[in-house]
Amino acid sequence: MSGPAETAGEPMTAEKSETVGKPVAAGPAAGRRGALVRAVTAHRGRLAVAALLAVACYLPFQLVPFHVFQLTMVLVYAVALLGLNLLVGHAGQISLGHGAFFAVGAYGTAIMIDRWDAPHLATLPVAAAAAFALGLAFGLPAVRLHGLYLALVTLAIAVFLVPLLKRFESVTGGSMGLTLGKPAPPAWTGLAEDQWLYFLALAVAVVTFLLARGLLRSRVGRALHAVRDDEAAAEVMGVRLSFHKTLAFAWSAMFAGAAGSVYTWVIGFVSPDSFSVTLSITLLAGIVVGGLGSLAGPLLGGLFVMFVPSISQDVNEAAPGVVFGLLIIAVMYVAPAGLAGLAARLARSTMRILRKG
Amino acid sequence: MRLSAIGRTAVTAGLLLAAAACGGREDPGAGAGATTAAGGCQGQQTTGITDTGIKLGGIYPLSGPASAYGAIPKGIKAYFDYVNAEQNGIGGRKVEFVVRDDGYQPPKAVEEARRLVEQEQVFALFQTLGTPSTTATWDYAGQRKVPQVFVATGASKWGTDTRHPWTIGWQPNYVSEARVYAQYLKQERPDAKVAVLYQNDDFGKDLLGGFRKAIEGSGITVVAEQSYEVSDPSVDPQMRNLAQSGADVLLNVTTPRFGSQALAADARNTKWNPLHIVNNVAASITVLRPVGFENVQGVVSATYYKDPVDPQWENDPEMTLYRAKLKQYAPDADPSVPYHAFGWAVASSFHKTMEAAKCPTREGLRDSMRNLSGVEVGMLLPGVTMSTGPDDGFPIESMRLMRFKGERWELFGEVIDTRREFGPLTAD
Repeated sequence: MSGPAETAGEPMTAEKSETVGKPVAAGPAAGRRGALVRAVTAHRGRLAVAALLAVACYLPFQLVPFHVFQLTMVLVYAVALLGLNLLVGHAGQISLGHGAFFAVGAYGTAIMIDRWDAPHLATLPVAAAAAFALGLAFGLPAVRLHGLYLALVTLAIAVFLVPLLKRFESVTGGSMGLTLGKPAPPAWTGLAEDQWLYFLALAVAVVTFLLARGLLRSRVGRALHAVRDDEAAAEVMGVRLSFHKTLAFAWSAMFAGAAGSVYTWVIGFVSPDSFSVTLSITLLAGIVVGGLGSLAGPLLGGLFVMFVPSISQDVNEAAPGVVFGLLIIAVMYVAPAGLAGLAARLARSTMRILRKG
Repeated sequence: MRLSAIGRTAVTAGLLLAAAACGGREDPGAGAGATTAAGGCQGQQTTGITDTGIKLGGIYPLSGPASAYGAIPKGIKAYFDYVNAEQNGIGGRKVEFVVRDDGYQPPKAVEEARRLVEQEQVFALFQTLGTPSTTATWDYAGQRKVPQVFVATGASKWGTDTRHPWTIGWQPNYVSEARVYAQYLKQERPDAKVAVLYQNDDFGKDLLGGFRKAIEGSGITVVAEQSYEVSDPSVDPQMRNLAQSGADVLLNVTTPRFGSQALAADARNTKWNPLHIVNNVAASITVLRPVGFENVQGVVSATYYKDPVDPQWENDPEMTLYRAKLKQYAPDADPSVPYHAFGWAVASSFHKTMEAAKCPTREGLRDSMRNLSGVEVGMLLPGVTMSTGPDDGFPIESMRLMRFKGERWELFGEVIDTRREFGPLTAD
């Protein structure tokens, strides 16, 4: 994502360049196409994002509510994976307990709505902040532990969360969970409930993606990359390892918490069984398949987590788990850098063909 | 770069507003294929039902920790295949039964319920399994006015709740079952001291709560209680603690694996010999066999449908039919698995309910499932029938006690109608 044009990042750019390109092209069609290709190449990242956003805003008016709901869940998972990507893809730490932070966000929102009738939207920052604080606390072991040992500690978080939620029955509703109302669309929007939920999730997703992007481009992002690539070298360069590792955990937990909060809005029901260890492992599989260390990875991972289980059930009704596993193996074999890496490779070869043609 | 980020947000906001200005969908409620009836049932929903077919959707954990229950839809499918092929369907309508997997995860259940209702355009949700998955979907079923028939969970809220007329349970709820045991103890051991082992979730707590309430005002007391988590490896420590209580009755509220463990632990402890009551969920012969039949003599439980491995139903006409048709239409399914028989029983219950509906519509089915009176189902025990009414949301509320003797359960006593003995069940 290194666009040379600092001034304008809008979809307009492409059209402007095209009109500018036309008079320059002395020759006939070939020259004009060359300019167009150059413009598209230079701004392809932005074009893609703008096109994606436009499609994302258009889709809920075309699809049946069921598909809108599925896309909403994709966005929820994408936000959670964004946090995991920060930790695993950019900081090089491992977490098998991401689902626990997701649950903290979900339960935080649920409890606030259930106990104090808090307005839905107001619960998100609080839930995210709570997850951030918890992430900070659980980030402490990350300072001293590496690799498998860290994986075990984070796994423990995910494992003990379910009995913990059942224990404090008066607050969490115990194993029965909590049933909550969904945010009603304001009358002026004229939207149906599923569309409103979708746009809420989309707004949260856009904000968190911008936040993550800003974070990665700042000193923090560079420090995280340095930690991932070589801890000793990073320390020599003046990166405070403990500070950045702990903070990476906290940021990633915060994104998970935000995703959990939106999850509660969308599903309207939380129970301990929704946040078992399987969720954490599915999320980790999702981000690895989606593509570690890339911004498109979480979105592709979200699509994978949401759609592949039901696709695999259509393939073989008797053993959806087996098909799901085989599909993961297949993806990793074809695209070792995840789906995002595969997409980038495809885009590059398309560009090459365009340029040659 | 900051500018572009702000700009992009502005574009998003602009697009959002523009899109919103265009207005929402014309009719967000009904899907593309929604239809309504004419004539006497005018205006009622006929989505998913025609003169020749009826489409049902079920959600079960085919994968994940609770996948053992995945056997239930096999029994249901076998029944519908048999009815379609040999009885021309339900009232001339061939049944199509679509099964989806939720892995026992509530968010997945919500997705699958939406898929079945909006994409598959099913007439009704015929069974969702498990209390969490059903709780996550019943609001949706109510909003869309889709019947959610005979959900496969014994929680008492399906019957006590008044805001969800489209959802109804089937099996005796856990509170009713607890009442049966309380009734038995009142007669046999009026001053019993009871120790309770229970699973720490809605199932265990519903049953224990029901039991406590049912023994109120009697000489029976609960002297010790121990809970376990489904993730625990063993219940042996809990059993040791209960043994120290000196209770003379043990109420074993467990799921199959833990039921076996508790029975085995009781058998090993020769110093403590309480009357062992094991709940219906863990009372299958397949649970008792690994413990050793000689170790479970005299254990008491309660039931409501015929156990396929029980030799007393060997020549029962419904059981013979079940065995023959399961072999014919689901050759790889073992007829001795009780979940298959459960599926068969609940499918034939649906058959009778649908037949009794005045209108072949969703509203007709809703009214019919809440207006059953003494409906007999072949796979249920003799004397156990389905009854519902405007103030009664529990189809089956009768059970019969049984005692283990030799190599099988022996039924004893009369059918206990808990509604008659204890009055209707209410929300708290």
